[in-house]
Amino acid sequence: MATPPHSRSALEARIAADPRYVALVRDRQRFSWILTAITVIVYSSFISLIAFDKPLMAQPVGGGTISLAVVLGAAMLVGTVAICAVYVWRANGSYDARLAELLAEPRA
Amino acid sequence: MTPSLFRCAGLLALLGWATGANAAIAGAVARQPTNWTAILMFGGFVAITLWITGAAARRTRTVSDFYTGGGITGFQNGLAMAGDYCSAASFLGITSQIFNDGYDGLIYAIGFLVGWPIVLFLVAEKLRNLGRFTFADVASYRFMQGPVRSFSAVSTLLVVSFYLIAQMVGAGQLIQLLFGLPYLIAIIVVGGLMMVYVLFGGMRATSWVQIIKAVMLLCGATFLVLGVMSSVGFSLEALFAKAVAVKTRLALESGLSPADAAAKGRAIMGPGGFIKDPISALSFGFALMLGTAGLPHILMRFFTVPDAREARKSILWATVWIGYFYALTFILGFGAIVMISFNPDYVDAAGALRGGNNMAVMHLAHAIGGNLFLGFISAVAFATILAVVAGLTLSAASAISHDVYASVIRKGDADPVKELRVSRITTILLGIAAIILGVVFQKQNVAFMVSLAFALAASGNFPVLVMSLLWKGCTTKGAAWGGAIGLLSAFVLTVLSPVIWVAVFHFESAIFPYSSPALFSVPAAFLAIWLISTLDRSPRSAIDRAAYPEQRLRSETGIGVHAAADH
Repeated sequence: MATPPHSRSALEARIAADPRYVALVRDRQRFSWILTAITVIVYSSFISLIAFDKPLMAQPVGGGTISLAVVLGAAMLVGTVAICAVYVWRANGSYDARLAELLAEPRA
Repeated sequence: MTPSLFRCAGLLALLGWATGANAAIAGAVARQPTNWTAILMFGGFVAITLWITGAAARRTRTVSDFYTGGGITGFQNGLAMAGDYCSAASFLGITSQIFNDGYDGLIYAIGFLVGWPIVLFLVAEKLRNLGRFTFADVASYRFMQGPVRSFSAVSTLLVVSFYLIAQMVGAGQLIQLLFGLPYLIAIIVVGGLMMVYVLFGGMRATSWVQIIKAVMLLCGATFLVLGVMSSVGFSLEALFAKAVAVKTRLALESGLSPADAAAKGRAIMGPGGFIKDPISALSFGFALMLGTAGLPHILMRFFTVPDAREARKSILWATVWIGYFYALTFILGFGAIVMISFNPDYVDAAGALRGGNNMAVMHLAHAIGGNLFLGFISAVAFATILAVVAGLTLSAASAISHDVYASVIRKGDADPVKELRVSRITTILLGIAAIILGVVFQKQNVAFMVSLAFALAASGNFPVLVMSLLWKGCTTKGAAWGGAIGLLSAFVLTVLSPVIWVAVFHFESAIFPYSSPALFSVPAAFLAIWLISTLDRSPRSAIDRAAYPEQRLRSETGIGVHAAADH
């Protein structure tokens, strides 16, 4: 149960005062805002491109039948998976390592 | 109405496609002759899932077991999320859409996928670190429990109800179509099975039903794609070129000039009539994107994994499987154009799909793998519906038992045995309600309901969750009232929009001209939360603000996290 906070453990007090905690939260939050912005901007651009220039999207790419719309659509699917992979790789990698360090030993 | 009443079909109608262009949803449902292969295969699926439910029931003793299922890995949870999220409509609706009009089906598919990165970047890990059973645990973490949990419970019930009605009505019609069973029996089978899974097996059974369904769906679709690709020498270029040739020939046969026919054939490679008005398109896109991050049955799945690390992995896997699934449906739609367009067994003289307009992938399954495979794919579609409705029911039951009963009525001091009993009674009531609603809405236009569910989730749950997690100044009043304003504005604007005002109430023209409210109702919710919190000078607001650093610390570090394990 989410009990409202009245008593703070010693661990929490120590971490809250640790500059590495402040830095970690700032870095991770900034990273996730940047990726959120990229996702929103890329998706809005994709929809707008379809809304405003359908003939361009229907252009074949490389002389064949496959159109720009198909290529960009496929890129949206792959890109969505890729941007998640980038975040998970970094969050579960370097950010979690910094967090583990922070939780492990008191700062000298 | 047709089985179109699933998710993506709702989108079609929503974007003002409800006439002519969306052959994928208009048209009559023909009840098929009873399909015994399909029924036997589905019987096999039910037998396996009931066996799992039995095993799960023996291990479901505590409330934690019921809500979280005792813990699974990120990989398993990712599959279960994909199982929870990919509806039968995506499978049947998008492929049939592409069969009819080409490219546009992919635009919906992308809309459903882009919400997942937002869930990952903004809410997933903090949600996991702070919560235990429901997203309201997190939304109300530092606030007065009563108001915020009441808001969350109302919001959950609204989102789930609209989603569930669309699924039930769609299920009844689909099963009538695929299995040749009467509508009422189909509804009772779906409602009854979902009740049994959730009632006895709780989250553990629900997770496994979803995982099995996801594996069946992905394997079935992969097999179909291999069949399609082997017929064109595994060349995508050849597949698209053939599809264009088929559409050109059909246009020629309908009496168009060669130049017009060639243009019509090529049109399937580019966007068509789906996006007309950019504001509606963006608004709708934002409802899908932000709504995913506010769907209670999806958010609840994060509490089945042990920590933030596994929660992130869950999303990555969910995105992989859902993205893969949508890529497959795109190829299947074009495969259907190539493989079934000229076969009189599948398409009538007028060029319409036999058996109803969502049947493209079913005919394709028959063309590739005969009756046996058609049976398998039909069983997959049925399993798909069950997995989705079971997840919905579980999240609604949890909102009642955990948020309303245990947290608001018993003030967090509920007897666990009684709480478990409340959740089970709620499950039974929900199952009965789902069956009744399925019957009541059988002949109604419910096409807008899934999109409404997404819009409500985007305008209510999402802003409350984000503001309570990321903004220090958010207070009890701001979260509860701001969220309510978001919900209400999304609901009112939807009623005034063409989808309800014109399509359901038959007024001449809509008061709100856009097909989705999200572009307006989501900012309205954020603004309301900000304004009300800023003006809030109550004694409670000081407590709310003072508690933020501690909440933030726990949400970032996972200190004090509740493990999803047996106790």
